[in-house]
Amino acid sequence: MAKTVEEKQYLVRFRCDTKSHLEIKDHNVCMTQCPDKDCTIFCPAEVYKWEGDRMFVGYEGCHECGSCRIGCGFDNIKWEYPKGGHGIVFRLA
Amino acid sequence: MPEKFDVIVVGAGPAGTSCAYTCAKNGLKVLLIERGEFPGAKNVMGGILYRKQMEEIIPEFWKEAPLERPVVEQRFWFLDKESMVTTSYKALEWGKEPFNNFTVLRAKFDKWFASKAVEQGAVLINETVVLECIVDDGKVVGVRTDRPDGDVYADVVVLADGVNSLLAKSLGFHKEWKPEEVALTVMEVMKLPKKVINERFNVNDDQGVSVEIFGDSTKGALGTAFLYTNKDSLNIGVGTTLSGMIKKKMKPYELLEYVKEHPMIKPYIEGAETEEYLAHLIPEGGYNSVPKLVGDGVIVTGDAAQLVNAIHREGSNMAMTSGRLAAETIMRAKETEDYSERTLDYYRTAIYDSFIGKDLKKYKDATHVFEEHPQYFEQYIPLMNRAMGTFFTVDGTPKREKQSKIIKSFTGKNGRLGVAKDLYRAWRVVK
Repeated sequence: MAKTVEEKQYLVRFRCDTKSHLEIKDHNVCMTQCPDKDCTIFCPAEVYKWEGDRMFVGYEGCHECGSCRIGCGFDNIKWEYPKGGHGIVFRLA
Repeated sequence: MPEKFDVIVVGAGPAGTSCAYTCAKNGLKVLLIERGEFPGAKNVMGGILYRKQMEEIIPEFWKEAPLERPVVEQRFWFLDKESMVTTSYKALEWGKEPFNNFTVLRAKFDKWFASKAVEQGAVLINETVVLECIVDDGKVVGVRTDRPDGDVYADVVVLADGVNSLLAKSLGFHKEWKPEEVALTVMEVMKLPKKVINERFNVNDDQGVSVEIFGDSTKGALGTAFLYTNKDSLNIGVGTTLSGMIKKKMKPYELLEYVKEHPMIKPYIEGAETEEYLAHLIPEGGYNSVPKLVGDGVIVTGDAAQLVNAIHREGSNMAMTSGRLAAETIMRAKETEDYSERTLDYYRTAIYDSFIGKDLKKYKDATHVFEEHPQYFEQYIPLMNRAMGTFFTVDGTPKREKQSKIIKSFTGKNGRLGVAKDLYRAWRVVK
């Protein structure tokens, strides 16, 4: 049984690009204006991790759902599709 | 001279493929562009596909499409912590032709569906992102892709690029969706032997069950969990509005674990092995969120157009119908070689005249009202459970006393007037 998000993510196939399709527009905004860092909570793939003073973006595990772009209260995430054929590859549902 | 098509369809999901299929079948030169490795690679759905709207595109598709089980029973569970009130409808008729709906695995289904459009003559190219629409003098004339020399031209571009709809947004057809206009849903496909599924859900090999779960499954947030039976696997998932997820500070994958561990749900998935974990947004803004649907040389369909009826978990069927209506509109426009917004506006009218527009209108305030008044999910479902518990627990209390206790429990917190208001409000938004 996959219980943790790491275990769940392990079951998913990704064809990662070398270049990130997600980008924090201004790291200073995360640091100074956003105490809750909601993206680190609601992102279903735990792509966003706050480490000390900087937001780390693990784009390799992104499900391309779009939640971070819409849910960031500061419109601080630049969101694109990964290059054609790259990114997540669902096999089932 | 770059190649020119009659129609370019962006996105090979149910909306795009329906449009491509219908156009190609009627002799139009169609290019269908998919950003995934194959159609379906980027698509997620809880797993219920309705027969009627699919059949309008491919009659008797169930004879060859990769489907899981026809649904013969729809269950609804209203969950509290350790109890639930349930209701269901089961009809053997749904297990026979022409069926009502099916459970499907989208990666398989979408791949098959797109192959049918190719059989009709549509050109499918995978692994290609459309970066933007090429606009000339206010008119969409083609698309720019991420391939080298990747500009392609067409009389009409159909945007079926899904909930994130970067293209419709970049054309100014709508602003960014708000967190209350989308539902964040996560799910797992869990492998379980056919025999075990049949026993647990009381069905045979050719019968499926859908379960919609309200209340404690979302910890009171506006949303639902679901459990659907495939041939030899289960789809289990949960979603709430993105705003609900943010407000309650919920981690979606932890909420899914909460659902899987819930004492009312766990026995159904016991021993099942997770095969895949998926996350997706569902556009649930409804009628008031539908963007501008047509422009010069361009039509918006499916999730990109917010065509989802969240109350009845319908979406892919609306997508298919919108794709078909887009195709019919393009064929009409072709007769006069006029692809202006004015001509293509036939599509907008057709959408609003169809069940899509009518159903969206019927529930236009529902999501919004339930979001503003969380008591329906937070208070009434637990109350309903306690009321049933009180009434059916035989403890020597006369039934009349129990009744009055139940009524007091309902009216205690909000007063009689408050409850009456809540009931009236709920009735008004779904009537």
